[in-house]
Amino acid sequence: MWSTRTAIAAAATLAIGLTAAACGDSGDKATGAGQGGLTVPKVPMRQSLGQGEGQVNLVAWAGYAEDGSNDPKVDWVTPFEKQTGCKVNTKVAGTSDEMVTLMRTGEYDAVSASGDASLRLIASGTVAPVNTKLVPNYADVFAGLKTKPWNSVNGVPYGIPHGRGANLLMWRTDKVKAAPDSWGAVFDGNSPYKGKVTAYDSPIYIADAALYLMSARPELGIKNPYALDQKQFDAAVGLLKTQRGLVGEYWSDYTKEVQAFKSGDSVLGTTWQVIANLAQSEKAPVEVALPKEGATGWSDTWMVGAKAKHPDCAYKWMDWIVSPKANAQVAEWFGEAPANAKACAETSDKKFCDTFHATDETYFSKVHFWTTPIAQCLDGRKDVKCVDYSKWTQAWTTIKG
Amino acid sequence: MDDDQGLTAGRRPALRRRAAALLHRRPRLRLSLLLSAPLAWLVAGYLGALAAIFVTAFWTTDVFTGEVVRQFTLANFQTLVDEPVYRTVALRSLGVAAAVTVIDAVVGVPMALYMAKVAKPRHRPYLVIAILAPLWAAYLVKAYAWRVMLAEGGLVNEALKPFGLSGPGYGLTATVIVLAYLWLPYMILPVYTGLERLPDSLLDASGDLGARPLRTLRSVVLPLAFPALVAGSIFTFSLSLGDYITVKIVGGRRQLLGNVVYDNIGAANNLPFAAAVATIPVVVMLGYLAAARRTGALREL
Repeated sequence: MWSTRTAIAAAATLAIGLTAAACGDSGDKATGAGQGGLTVPKVPMRQSLGQGEGQVNLVAWAGYAEDGSNDPKVDWVTPFEKQTGCKVNTKVAGTSDEMVTLMRTGEYDAVSASGDASLRLIASGTVAPVNTKLVPNYADVFAGLKTKPWNSVNGVPYGIPHGRGANLLMWRTDKVKAAPDSWGAVFDGNSPYKGKVTAYDSPIYIADAALYLMSARPELGIKNPYALDQKQFDAAVGLLKTQRGLVGEYWSDYTKEVQAFKSGDSVLGTTWQVIANLAQSEKAPVEVALPKEGATGWSDTWMVGAKAKHPDCAYKWMDWIVSPKANAQVAEWFGEAPANAKACAETSDKKFCDTFHATDETYFSKVHFWTTPIAQCLDGRKDVKCVDYSKWTQAWTTIKG
Repeated sequence: MDDDQGLTAGRRPALRRRAAALLHRRPRLRLSLLLSAPLAWLVAGYLGALAAIFVTAFWTTDVFTGEVVRQFTLANFQTLVDEPVYRTVALRSLGVAAAVTVIDAVVGVPMALYMAKVAKPRHRPYLVIAILAPLWAAYLVKAYAWRVMLAEGGLVNEALKPFGLSGPGYGLTATVIVLAYLWLPYMILPVYTGLERLPDSLLDASGDLGARPLRTLRSVVLPLAFPALVAGSIFTFSLSLGDYITVKIVGGRRQLLGNVVYDNIGAANNLPFAAAVATIPVVVMLGYLAAARRTGALREL
């Protein structure tokens, strides 16, 4: 039984703690390392491979490590397990932030990190540099994907490119009368689909608003949706606050979005090709398109954890997932451009690589790949400071209200 | 040699006897030895975790790498106070918790009263099992079942259609309904126990003195059952205040305190700020418990 005396004592302790707290140093000491001056912790690179440890723990996007449980025809995990003896345990993550958090636990061996997570993982020493000599299939990866700012530091590769693609606009063909061709459809304050619009539940979605403002309000001068100064950032946040009135729900759990589109609770909103595939396979009348403004997108990289307990199997997995056949399968299932040039010959739809512009670098110049926003503007501006990712996350809570 | 062995053998039972005698003479010592293990667990595992939350709330995270910076700052609490959104979310969470508690009380008290005083004694165990049965199903299964029922064209909408009505859709109303459903057993059981202890003779006496049933309910049953009701409300209130899964599933675009904590851990990887947010429900619950203590409800737990 809690006596009054104990309660008073507890309250007093609390008060003393608070006073002590108030007297201390209250300066905000959080610092962000810039991309230019990125200091990378020394993590050793693996020099040779052993037999494999019998299993491997992956953090992956939905649809990246299919073992036939979603669709019996879609399975590139089982052949890998048979060939290498590495049992695959997959943890599906809904957002890049979740991936960073999961990898920091040290319990996972490899991760399919997007550009808004990879640099954070490198800077915190969570992932190790990758010895590409141990990944034979790396030789066939498109040159346009190798040693990019989001998968390497100072020319040292930190991962194996997996594929790339765009965030698309999805709608219910029976509920949305005219097929939308602009992101304006999800930002228009007078939308007839009020309460049925859906949006991605992550701070990085602010970039989608910024991308729309690039063409809708050119006077703001946004060049890169991940390099926003305070004025541009406020405009994007303002747009998203207007959008909140239209949104029925925010999604980060892909099964939730599939169900919402199937039942008609959501009729219009941002999506991934794999979600559209799943919804269509469950007979939901949905269609996707890349709007005329272009889109945000991802370029994913398989990285190996610095404290990986099964590094040999992780390397074997990285080599497997960019092998022509597996890379073609995963690219077709997820709906993204493959990383391996030879994968284009292995796709079941022979025009697949053309449809997804796998070799078309000018197309991908219109897709703005997820990148972690930092204080030094990524678009090269020196006269202003840009809004960093921690402000993006706090703004995201404010946007949702 | 022999001598020595005889001595040791003779001393040991003496020591044991003396220890036993000491423990017999000092019941407090006996009690504290008995309780030290569970108490150590309570202090280290439970209060220790609370203290860790509180300390973490004064740290920050490195923006870029996400590492926790162990340096004292009030910045997290500053943000909590300065940003109106956190006040809105806190008040919204309180409102949801209060609404769930009121609904559970209104639904739960008649059910508990029926179980304790009206139903035949041999039926009571079965009624208790019926109340407990939903707790055997997983929380997520029940929440997703409600998501499907509340969906467009779902069971709720179809059932209301003949009356020209439609369901609440996903949002705060849906959240309150689902939470009230989930936590109802936690309200019924303490109230049932409280009412069962109420002697029937009091009800008879009230009747003999000319009170009608409603008057008996108001002047005899409710005052005596009130501590039990408060005890139940502690469960429903605290469980609702900390929930973040139900609102994610049926809450539409709404967020509660639990979601802000979750987003700051899961998405933003800002453990210190999450800890700062988590102190809000802790403080609210301490206040609630202090108020509940006055009614004697803690004795009903």
